[in-house]
Amino acid sequence: MIRLTINGVPHVVDPMGPESLLTTLRDRLGLFGSKNACEQGECGSCSVLLDGRLVCSCLVMAVDADGAAVTTVEGIADGETLHRVQEAMVNAGGVQCGFCTPGIVVAASHLLATTPSPTETDIREALAGNICRCTGYGAIVRALEPLAAES
Amino acid sequence: MTITKTPTVVAGGVGTSPIRPDGIPKVRGEFAYSSDLEVDGMLWGSTVRSPHARARIVSIDVAPALAIRGVAAALTIADVGGRGLFGLIEPDQPVLADGEVRFWGEPVAVVAADDRETARIAATAVVVHYEPLDPLTDPERAEELGETFRVLDITRGDPDARGEVVVEGYYEVGMQDQAQLGTESGLAIPDGSGGVDLHVSTQWLHVDHEQVVASLGLPPEQLRLHLAGIGGAFGAREDISLQIHLCLLALRTGRPVKMVYDRAESFVGHVHRHPARMWFRHEADRDGILRRVEARILLDGGAFASTSPAVLANAAYFAVGPYASESVTVHAAAARTNNPPCGAMRGFGAVQSCFGYEAQMDRLAAALGIDPVELRLRNALDREDRIATTGQVIVGSLPTRRVIEALRALPLPDEAPGDDPRRLPGGTGLTTSRAAVMRGVGFAVGIKNLAFSEAFDDFTEVRAELTADGIRIHTAAAEVGQGLVTVIQQIARTATGISNVEVVWDHTGEIGSAGSTSASRQTQMTGGATLRACEAVAAVALARADAESLDDEGAWRDDQLVMTLADLVAAGPIEHLERFRHPPTTPPDEHGNGDVHAGYAVAAHRAIVDVDPELGLVHVVRVDTAQDVGRVLNPQAVIGQIEGGIMQGVGLAIMEEIVIDRGVMKNASFTDYLLPTFLDAPDMTAVLIEEPDHWGPFGAKGVGEPPTISSTAAVVAAIRNATGRDLNRAPVRPEDIVGL
Ligand code: FES
Ligand code: FES
Repeated sequence: MIRLTINGVPHVVDPMGPESLLTTLRDRLGLFGSKNACEQGECGSCSVLLDGRLVCSCLVMAVDADGAAVTTVEGIADGETLHRVQEAMVNAGGVQCGFCTPGIVVAASHLLATTPSPTETDIREALAGNICRCTGYGAIVRALEPLAAES
Repeated sequence: MTITKTPTVVAGGVGTSPIRPDGIPKVRGEFAYSSDLEVDGMLWGSTVRSPHARARIVSIDVAPALAIRGVAAALTIADVGGRGLFGLIEPDQPVLADGEVRFWGEPVAVVAADDRETARIAATAVVVHYEPLDPLTDPERAEELGETFRVLDITRGDPDARGEVVVEGYYEVGMQDQAQLGTESGLAIPDGSGGVDLHVSTQWLHVDHEQVVASLGLPPEQLRLHLAGIGGAFGAREDISLQIHLCLLALRTGRPVKMVYDRAESFVGHVHRHPARMWFRHEADRDGILRRVEARILLDGGAFASTSPAVLANAAYFAVGPYASESVTVHAAAARTNNPPCGAMRGFGAVQSCFGYEAQMDRLAAALGIDPVELRLRNALDREDRIATTGQVIVGSLPTRRVIEALRALPLPDEAPGDDPRRLPGGTGLTTSRAAVMRGVGFAVGIKNLAFSEAFDDFTEVRAELTADGIRIHTAAAEVGQGLVTVIQQIARTATGISNVEVVWDHTGEIGSAGSTSASRQTQMTGGATLRACEAVAAVALARADAESLDDEGAWRDDQLVMTLADLVAAGPIEHLERFRHPPTTPPDEHGNGDVHAGYAVAAHRAIVDVDPELGLVHVVRVDTAQDVGRVLNPQAVIGQIEGGIMQGVGLAIMEEIVIDRGVMKNASFTDYLLPTFLDAPDMTAVLIEEPDHWGPFGAKGVGEPPTISSTAAVVAAIRNATGRDLNRAPVRPEDIVGL
């Protein structure tokens, strides 16, 4: 049994052996926002914050997260109010199929919270671990650049 | 009723970029993809796959799998009733291997168990004895042996026509993966009376339905396919993957069954872009006018037909590109080998030949001493010209010249490579000195047909309905991420004046086929059907109210609201079912000529690259484009298709290739199959050329594929320009640049 605080809500779960945090989130807790597109740490679709650090949840063993606070994409908005990254992604056309979107929302909101005024190249570097196959990335960068200038 | 106002132009109609209705659920992580579905008591399925490219199956023993606690079923071909075969064009692929495996990764058995882990373990417990056979993996050998899915010979004009200047070249394109981010997944739920509901991410619900019922021997009404949330497609979801297996397991166990491929399985679970070997000979007169083009094109179709016959047709019909020539000979073949099956991927055959003919145009320009862009302009096709291969007269728009000129007119940035290593070849791993980085520019133009060709009965059904709240559109068309759902709403708004439009995905039992979400066809096809259905609904509503216009409140005459939408509907249902077809096409005649296509789109790309000549690494700095789009219905969505499509073209140019060694895939993971990242993405500027086409709604053309067709050729041309090397193969590998 491990204890996780996910998006502020405490949970007690019993992951199986070497199960990843991603599997625990999805298959045991029904939190389907985090996506599984590679399970190898290559695509960033499963990105979450673990005690404030950005991680690929597919690479973290659930048991190693015992006691941690986890923020998933479901915890990024403030109730009905979208996070500015979410708002900007929708408005700028940064979302097509959306499979990469949860990971990008988590990673980009983390970037803006931790890095003052990132440049375009800083944004690209920070998100280089998030693969998007649909957009060619341009619309996502256009969504984030104005926010970076504000931050 | 005394409300008075002047109805205004509807918000969110055609020509605007309203936010997508699924955008907010997607950014919140609340949008349900097919991999996110679950129901109580469901089982997990898993697939046993062949470890050999070719082998005889001596025996299959499922008993060890069934002995594991929690395993509900382990099935082989012996458990399949019905035809047992599927395939988009020819049903030639067994649902589960039948006596022989023909490619590495071919499904041999399927299991279902209480949880995912147990299902995986059970799959490894199935004992299959194979007797390995020599795989046929060389497509040239396969063609010699007559192992082909289709051979297409095209001749047009005088075969003795000659030009003064002749260039010949041999070119290759590697096998590309769609790498759609959501892997194959679905959930089959038995209905308790012998039928099943399948929720799946697919590009074409009805063709899946046809294949599942035929292969399993089900009465058609016993199967209903429902569209589930789709994480990208790009051709990967046009064929059957797990649809039949899921239904088979659900019907056998009487329990819901879910399957989700992992990435490695996804690589073998869908077809890929055909690798190509191509030879071209171009002859022109001194002015650069093409006098004769000869081409031989060989595609490796892999073990099963999939869409090889149609991909081959595109490669052959577009062997000359968007250029005129009065004398053409093309021999094209799609070989049957024991390599992984190939089929649909964005660009569908047009990508491969474009890589060849555009390299040829550059060679020809060099041989003639003519500017390569100028050479293209001199040969460019336009409305009323004939396609060089088929002889078909172009009746819709084809502004090749305008596209080329618009791209040429874009300023060419002349700044040198920057200082930030993150935007240089090799990124922070750059080892060369910045001064040694070489810059090059390349230009390429591509053409493709829109919608289905060669007399295929291509149609789409849409039902539009007036409700008390607005318009409801029923469709089975797959929204794969491209934004069709938004475009349907926009068209419905503009057609009716009513802004509140809801799109409902009907299952296969409720509405007819929408056709495939492929061939750049849905904006024109489902968009076209939506326009007609909505116009019909609006006409009935206006007649009923004797009114002049509609909006979300109701029907208006002389600035007076004469009936609300609720009143209109209360007086009887107002709806219209439209079955929309594009202009008919013909099969090719014995010379490969004929009116085989319903329309065309053309695009041009200009790439700027920086190359590290020591490590052979490339950074694509810019890819600018001009694209023939007919009419822009949603600027943001068009740009999204262009940027995403160019990125896939860049990937094929410099990094994306499935490596096959004697039939075995060597890089079936995102660690080993490289995909462009945020840092790899070039800057892009797009010019949209609007010259309305003859049958799309408001003159619109599909826009999804042209960005992927000539972008690869442009990037490789730029690398040639930077390095002076011939580079006849995409993707360009570091060793090709270094010259090892
Ligand atoms: S699923 Fe975790 S990085 Fe791809
Ligand atoms: S929107 Fe489809 S992968 Fe990014």
